[in-house]
Amino acid sequence: MSKDEKSRFALVLKKACPTCALIEPVVKQLAERWGEKLTIYIQDDPSFLSELLPVDDSSLEFSYRNAIEIVPTLVSFDSNDVAAERICGWDKVQWQQFTGIDNLGSGLSDFKPGCGSMTHDPGMEEQLMLRFAGDKLAARSVELAADEDELEACFERGWTDGLPVIPPSPLRILRMLKDFDLDYQEVIGKVPPDNVPCSIEKVAINAVMAGCKPEYFPTVLASVRAALKDEFCMHGLLCTTYFSSPVMIVNGPVVRHIGMNNGVNALGQGNRANATVGRALQLLIRNVGGGKPGGIDRATMGNPGKYTYCFAEDESDPEWASLAMDRGYDRNDSVVSLFAGEGLQPILDQLSRTPESLSKSMAASLRSVAHVKRFGMADAILVVCPEHRRVLREAGWSKEDLRRSLFDELMTPGAELLPGVGGMAEGMPEKLKDKLLNKFRDDGLHIVSTGGTAGMFSAIISGWVASGERGSQMVSEKII
Amino acid sequence: MTYNSVLLDPTAEIDPVEKQLLPRLATLKGATVGLLDISKPRGKEFLDAVASMLEQKGATVKRYAKPTFTRVAPRDLNQRISSECDAVIEGLAD
Repeated sequence: MSKDEKSRFALVLKKACPTCALIEPVVKQLAERWGEKLTIYIQDDPSFLSELLPVDDSSLEFSYRNAIEIVPTLVSFDSNDVAAERICGWDKVQWQQFTGIDNLGSGLSDFKPGCGSMTHDPGMEEQLMLRFAGDKLAARSVELAADEDELEACFERGWTDGLPVIPPSPLRILRMLKDFDLDYQEVIGKVPPDNVPCSIEKVAINAVMAGCKPEYFPTVLASVRAALKDEFCMHGLLCTTYFSSPVMIVNGPVVRHIGMNNGVNALGQGNRANATVGRALQLLIRNVGGGKPGGIDRATMGNPGKYTYCFAEDESDPEWASLAMDRGYDRNDSVVSLFAGEGLQPILDQLSRTPESLSKSMAASLRSVAHVKRFGMADAILVVCPEHRRVLREAGWSKEDLRRSLFDELMTPGAELLPGVGGMAEGMPEKLKDKLLNKFRDDGLHIVSTGGTAGMFSAIISGWVASGERGSQMVSEKII
Repeated sequence: MTYNSVLLDPTAEIDPVEKQLLPRLATLKGATVGLLDISKPRGKEFLDAVASMLEQKGATVKRYAKPTFTRVAPRDLNQRISSECDAVIEGLAD
């Protein structure tokens, strides 16, 4: 198809741009050749080339909606009126090829770069986003009184977890979403306990409030998709009197890309991505789903992870299979996994130099999950520190070797776990007294590795006492 | 510094107006009352006691149970209760 058969063209110019001034004869030549198929837009002064009846784009609406970055820009539209191709600045040969006009601008110099589009003047992009993209937002607008403090307003409306949130202004929501090709109103699922349809926009609002940067958004979105999977049982998890809440583990290249901490203090404070990605999920399920403490959330004590509980695995050891790989993903996939759990119980072992000894230490500590005499009730995550990982590696043990050893160590005769044994009324039912029981369900012990390189301190994140098919199972979602 | 006076609602935007209650039963005599056991330990004993109190007041009691307390009641169970009973008592939590 020759260029003359394209259905129409748009040319965006700025009078103050020397390149636009240079190509005046070219513009006239095109206008003569193409007639009504060419629309000329002027960003700054519509008196420029007024004899060609240009469109005044001083509102910059056309330039913004068509993502003009440089002037001059010549855009061709296809038969569906979709912007198909574009050229920017002045490059004589390129313009001649693009337009199919051999002698176009023949008297001009061969090349002159363009100027920045006014849409990219400092501060302008955000004003334009509000002016022309605000209609993509559908959430209810809450107008504050002139003297109302924004942070206090969020507290008063019950939108926070008890800590201050970033006020969710329309501009911040647009900034959160603008780099992603998403339908803001796409419903990604229903959030319990109120089972309310949740749009991508609502996820973005809560991500803003949590303090997320836009680059964290795909991870937040994946975590929400994971939380809404039926097998995670978010409804029950919100309502339970037990401590548990979603614990988020992030694997893959995204950990580096968004700067998560998987080293010193990996489960502690101080890293924006770790802190805010986890918080965004917690805020969303409470704000959209309605699971508020004292309402549907009936936790006896709760746990501090209900503010945020998100960490990244240390994947620096290629021999160590990551949690995501255990769950069927590839090392190069970025994956978020959710576990219904709480707290962090240390396993101090500074003396074990063999995996056999270390495994016994870990198994003995793992018995305390939920209750030392309750078996198969709560899943757990074993968080292996780098120094313990080294003990395993130096003896040639893989993660699976450790898992098998722990499984063997944790096999216990039912008779030792009955109510009354050890003077404790708590225990397993009488009918299991002749069985050999394991502390964890077959797929109920997850193993991840993270943390600083100094310290022989691993840890246990113990799970909800309604683990498994009757309650919650670990879920994973690829971050895209 | 005032940089924005409009915020976007992060909630489900469920109207703050209170939900209307269904009309109350004037009497338990002749009414069918469902008891939903959410399958927590000892729920049966508790609901047995509730059932006998209701029966003393002339109600017919029908018993139901959720498969597991961690999950919401299945839709068909909700529908069965609403079609078979005039009122329901749900044993919530511990």
